[in-house]
Amino acid sequence: MQLEQFLENSARSDDRKTALIVQGRRLSYGDLDRQSNRMARALAAAGICRGDRVVICLENTAEAVVSIFAALKAGSVFALVSPASRAETLCAIVKDSGASALIIEATKLNSVQQNLRNLPLKAVFPAIEPILNSAIFAADPLPTQTIDLDLAALIYTSGSTGSPKGVMLTHLNMVSAATSIAAYLKNTSDDVIMNVLPLSHGYGLYQILTAFKVGASVILERGFTYPAAILNRMREEKATGLPLIPTMSAILSRMDLAAWDLSSLRYITNAGDAFPLHHISRIRQLLPDVELYSMYGLTECQRVSYLPPDQIDVRPNSVGRGIPNQEFFIVDDGGNRLQRGTTGELVVRGSHVMKGYWEMPEETERVLRQGPFPWEKALYTGDLFRMDEEGYLYFVGRKDHVIKTRGEKVHPKEIENILYTLPGIVEAAVVGVPDEVLGHSIKAIVVTEAAVQLTEEDVLRHCATHLEDFKVPQCVEFRARLPKTQNGKIARRELARKAEAA
Amino acid sequence: MRNELRKFIIDNFLFGRDSVGFSDDDSFLEKSLIDSSGVLELVGFLEETYDIAVRDHELVPENLDSINKLLRYLAMKSTEDKEDRLAARAVS
Repeated sequence: MQLEQFLENSARSDDRKTALIVQGRRLSYGDLDRQSNRMARALAAAGICRGDRVVICLENTAEAVVSIFAALKAGSVFALVSPASRAETLCAIVKDSGASALIIEATKLNSVQQNLRNLPLKAVFPAIEPILNSAIFAADPLPTQTIDLDLAALIYTSGSTGSPKGVMLTHLNMVSAATSIAAYLKNTSDDVIMNVLPLSHGYGLYQILTAFKVGASVILERGFTYPAAILNRMREEKATGLPLIPTMSAILSRMDLAAWDLSSLRYITNAGDAFPLHHISRIRQLLPDVELYSMYGLTECQRVSYLPPDQIDVRPNSVGRGIPNQEFFIVDDGGNRLQRGTTGELVVRGSHVMKGYWEMPEETERVLRQGPFPWEKALYTGDLFRMDEEGYLYFVGRKDHVIKTRGEKVHPKEIENILYTLPGIVEAAVVGVPDEVLGHSIKAIVVTEAAVQLTEEDVLRHCATHLEDFKVPQCVEFRARLPKTQNGKIARRELARKAEAA
Repeated sequence: MRNELRKFIIDNFLFGRDSVGFSDDDSFLEKSLIDSSGVLELVGFLEETYDIAVRDHELVPENLDSINKLLRYLAMKSTEDKEDRLAARAVS
């Protein structure tokens, strides 16, 4: 099965069923199917062929959703980039993926045009509404040769060096993951899902995919900045599902939710980072009839586990058991399976496991390695877990030093590199400090030249000029020296451990 | 008050840069100046500086999403306060 069939099948079974509610507009499955057929034809007319990459840099809009399915219908591979990304990040992804087409908001295009020069793009689409809503291109589908082993998407995630890595996902990978997720969430065409998560992230993208698989409706919003506005929309549209990240649950658990009639709400999910226990208990208190799903996953396969809602009060700090149609085990550093109760690296096998990182064979070999069978590569997640006697998983930590903040992965190295470009800074280490709202806040610990007077504001302004907002540290600590390892390197592990324990 | 609000936005969300040059009508959201943790900082500032209580249901863009909207919202809050005080006096 091909991923675009989620849309096509739902349109066939009920052309007029609402698929998207976005910015005061309601779009039916039929509307979206026809619009994406037109856009697919526009892509084909611009010379976009099977297997070509199409980068989509749009906010959470109907046009973004249409573009995803248009790319698939044209046989190409889509890659979503958040418009909040800096021009450098967008261009790095366009370049890395070797994209043939770019679909982008006109205002954003103006600010990146300079950077796009010399990239081998065949076509740039700054405004696609005229294509979607006129008869320039026919609304019937293009013939396609796609098979389910072809790539459907590259989902970009920041690599260990801080440069973006494209996670290669086939149609089979994505159909498998969406099918398992829709099954355990018991999604049906009656569901109305409130999605504020960016489509450029797997968690946000899969709200569309799982909903479209079952013919449900999605309310698409641009973030959780004004929570009362989101709750108003949920009440008006009788939302049944709400995916959260901890930053959002922190805000919700501080609000007086009794002011909103959320009686239609059937479930809340958490992913992106561990679900803090006091958020769980507060949300259980505020919304006792809502099923809470604590989940764990990674872009490389989208989802690994979920805690059945009847277990949330029993073992609230577990991320549950494996999703359907998947196997996992916990191994030691030698790859040997560990007994229950012992901590080790989580290894996953299933048809949802990615094909690797785009044009990064070494990085790929590090995570896709032989598992129990010589004929198959399994996914080594790099995440440490233990399993209890009944088979429930508990997250212990990451094998590397990634800081998770606002649901985003931040690599200390990338921020340190920027800190070192500020004259006067001689040493820098970046660590994560547990934070109720952000998951982790970012702390920069720096040593300056004796003669230089730098303030916290100087350092933060420098970071803000060169980094995306979520990578800008929340605080700066000035020290006379940093602890070192025997090799004379900054003792990052020690600093990170102390910050984590603080 | 207008200048105070501008200064807060510039200091906290632009880290002192005024280079983006946003106007009093520009949406913080559209200009990507603010996210959900930013709004919490903004609410904290309003409550402390202007001695008001921002209610949960008031966390909507109509009240908070530009300098001019903030000014209107603060004006509304101060009338509300006066009415509350008058009502309290009438009862007593």
